[in-house]
Amino acid sequence: MANIRLNVNGTEHNVDVVDPSTPLLWVLRDNIGLVGTKYGCGMALCGACTVHVNGSPIRSCSTPAIGVVGQRITTIEGLAAGDGTLHPLQQAWIDHDVPQCGYCQAGQIMNAAALLRQTPNPTDAEIDTAMAGNLCRCGTYQRIRAAIHAAAHALAAPATAIGGTQ
Amino acid sequence: MRTFTTHTPVPEVDLPRSLIEAEAEWMRASRSLQVPIGRRSFIKVSALAGGGLALAFWLGGRPAEAAPASGDSGDGSFSPNAFIQIRPDGTVVVFAKNPEVGQGVKTSLPMIVAEELDVPWESVRVEQSAIDREKYGDQFAGGSMSIPNCWDQLREAGAIARAMLVAAAASEWKVSPGTCSTDGGRVVHKSSGRKLAYGDLATKAAALPVPDPKSVQFKSRKDYKLLGRRITGVDNHALVTGKPLFGTDLKLPGLVYAVYVKCPATGGVPKEADLDRIKSLPGVKDAFIVEGNGRVDQLMPGVAIVADSTWSAFQAQKQLNVTWDESAASKDSWSGIIKQAEALAGKPGEVVRASGNIDAAFAAAARTIDARYTYPFLSHANLEPQNCTAWAHDGGIELWAPSQTPQGGRGAVAAYAGLSEDKVTVHQLRIGGGFGRRLMNDYMLEAAAIAKRVGAPVKLMWTREADMAHDFYRVGGFHSLKGGIDASGRLTAWQDHFVTFTEGGEPRKPVRGGGMSGTDFPCPMVPNLKVMQTMLPLAIPTGWWRAPGSCALAFAIQGFLHELSVAAGRDHLEFLLELMGEPRWLEEGNPNALNTGRGAAVIRLAAEKAGWGKPLPKGHALGLAFYFSHRGHVAEVVEVSMDSGNKLKLHRVVVAADAGPIINRSGAENQVEGSVIDGYSAMIEQEITFEAGRVQQSNFHDYPLVRMPNQPKIEVHFIESDFPPSGLGEPALPPLAPAVCNAIFTLTGKRVRTLPLSKEGITV
Repeated sequence: MANIRLNVNGTEHNVDVVDPSTPLLWVLRDNIGLVGTKYGCGMALCGACTVHVNGSPIRSCSTPAIGVVGQRITTIEGLAAGDGTLHPLQQAWIDHDVPQCGYCQAGQIMNAAALLRQTPNPTDAEIDTAMAGNLCRCGTYQRIRAAIHAAAHALAAPATAIGGTQ
Repeated sequence: MRTFTTHTPVPEVDLPRSLIEAEAEWMRASRSLQVPIGRRSFIKVSALAGGGLALAFWLGGRPAEAAPASGDSGDGSFSPNAFIQIRPDGTVVVFAKNPEVGQGVKTSLPMIVAEELDVPWESVRVEQSAIDREKYGDQFAGGSMSIPNCWDQLREAGAIARAMLVAAAASEWKVSPGTCSTDGGRVVHKSSGRKLAYGDLATKAAALPVPDPKSVQFKSRKDYKLLGRRITGVDNHALVTGKPLFGTDLKLPGLVYAVYVKCPATGGVPKEADLDRIKSLPGVKDAFIVEGNGRVDQLMPGVAIVADSTWSAFQAQKQLNVTWDESAASKDSWSGIIKQAEALAGKPGEVVRASGNIDAAFAAAARTIDARYTYPFLSHANLEPQNCTAWAHDGGIELWAPSQTPQGGRGAVAAYAGLSEDKVTVHQLRIGGGFGRRLMNDYMLEAAAIAKRVGAPVKLMWTREADMAHDFYRVGGFHSLKGGIDASGRLTAWQDHFVTFTEGGEPRKPVRGGGMSGTDFPCPMVPNLKVMQTMLPLAIPTGWWRAPGSCALAFAIQGFLHELSVAAGRDHLEFLLELMGEPRWLEEGNPNALNTGRGAAVIRLAAEKAGWGKPLPKGHALGLAFYFSHRGHVAEVVEVSMDSGNKLKLHRVVVAADAGPIINRSGAENQVEGSVIDGYSAMIEQEITFEAGRVQQSNFHDYPLVRMPNQPKIEVHFIESDFPPSGLGEPALPPLAPAVCNAIFTLTGKRVRTLPLSKEGITV
């Protein structure tokens, strides 16, 4: 049994875990109750478990929680602003009606958010490279790409409405 | 009453009748069975406790009112689990009846109600309905059946409610209902300019008699305000903010976590397991053997481990040692099957369908072609692994089940637990991918079996590895094809010897998704036909995989058809259109049969939109294929290029589909785009192999899905014919693989006859 202290979405959590090597994914889901981050493969192959550690995307299924103590963890639940204003990617995902089953989309959005922080106006090729680690079993890649472009535009010109499909 | 003709040579399983028929639609053969579908429902109105109108559906049996009401929700409203609730404050709640697996029915089905009810979509709140056959009829997600099955039922729900609201307003105004209309959630009396909102009429409408469903008028398409528009998914906001929606997300007080370990070879029974050691592991609460009921689609024997967290359960699973009695277990070997199939090629099989004189036709043909096609087993690989939460309490079992057939699961759990169905409650949750895997309810039975022993709610979670090892796989198959062409380049003869599988039993019948009727295009159009099959024994579980049967057959049949048009020196577009011939139903009055006019129209449209016959960039080629399945007529033209290292690039996919009027344009396009990607993903490198009954793939490294860099540009064109709307979850998948293979041939002269492409040395 180990007690670990995690900073998730700006809140400190004290968590008792039976196994000190427990991946961050399961601490988030089972201990803290943040279930937006998903289990897909357990081997960092699908990206459904993507969260940010100090702003960088990591695969929480393969990252021991104990390894990120004292670091800033952001999950899909913490991506929107404190007042509930959605991140432009979240808004673009809604407007472009990206999700089909939706199971992978939290991971997709978290990975895309990290991309836009580094590359504010990515090309198709840059999107392809950055997003290649995130599987979508339903095949929503075309809309993911369009939504990332739309969010990039929205971030560049926040006053402009995001082009949607509605 | 509409009827369709079918026979159902599929194994017994707890599936809705109409779904089994959908699966068998392409397997129509000589025997016929008249099955009524689209039955009219009876509707019962009930007043809401807080005032308001609720329509409950009554599908025979007892009225909805007799069912226990769920009570006051605390905000002054009442939730009787009907399809529509209109509250005095103007809130309109529409209940979505079918499981949402990503096919968009939680949005599209309520849209149908809202259209006929004539309320603005923005004022509608969608809620997932309870599982209750009495109130909702069949509730399942499969066979692209949600739209065609629910179309009349849901239009009726909305239209009756609207008629009653109009009657309520007319009585208030003392005018004839015929002089009133509706607009945006209000009843309008045009000549006097009076208007009343539905919310203000709800209580009064609830007191009125329910009109005869036959007396209500459905809107005509030209008056639609909502259907056909792009409406974004009702769960989108919750999805992008990470709200709990899925089975895996469920949290209950006192929840414990479980895994269930089965023999890697189907049918193995645990003889011995180191349960005491497992129980001593950190976080483990219990470990025990479950006997099962011997049904692969329900509950096979295994070892349950219950723990304080998912991770503790997963870790314990890794350490568990079980000695299996494999005397009755699968010994299946894919390499052995390939050898058996090779030995059968060229030999005759059992005749499934024949017409004309095949031998005379081949003898008279100007040219004959022989080819063998092979495709592998596939896994569904839903991104959300199988899971279910169950809680045995108060003499019953409550389940939260990501199932495509929750009603079947409810019945199976009740039977297993020795309970009446009313003691089993099933909650439907959003599902992280269906694709046919969750037509089976094995995870429900497993969760129920564990919950019966554990006095707490139990969340059963499968690892990815368990999910891939214990799927109900898309069955592989082998085709020895022979075709004949006359001197004018017309197709005169078609022969297929299909090597498929049977689970045994009498009469022997093909495994799920492994049958063939000989009615697939172009078989009915060929004057001399002989379709034969040989069934090899198989114990590996098989199931329905998106567009069952068609997903595999289309590759072989439409690829070979292109071989014949090439041999005949014909343009494939012209060849396909000639085969379609005059516009007609292949079976009059059968909505599940091919309509050649619809077929020809989508072929023409896809070709036109893709620029068929026009110049292409150097090193590019087009491929065309058509397929009819699940009532959908779909043609696809793909554009490919390939580098010197056999690395394929799929640039563009142009889809033309006729599934009748479109309900939700965004959702419909999503389904087509997803089907195209699914078809592509499956053909590149996916292959389930097995030896000694054990599946050899375990995760996405050896069972890869297509990724973002290989996403082609997909263009979707719908022909919105006036036929009743049909579903789009499946029919756009089958044409993709043959279209790609036909393009590869045109580009390189190399014919792909074995999938996946990696077997032919092609990568992406």
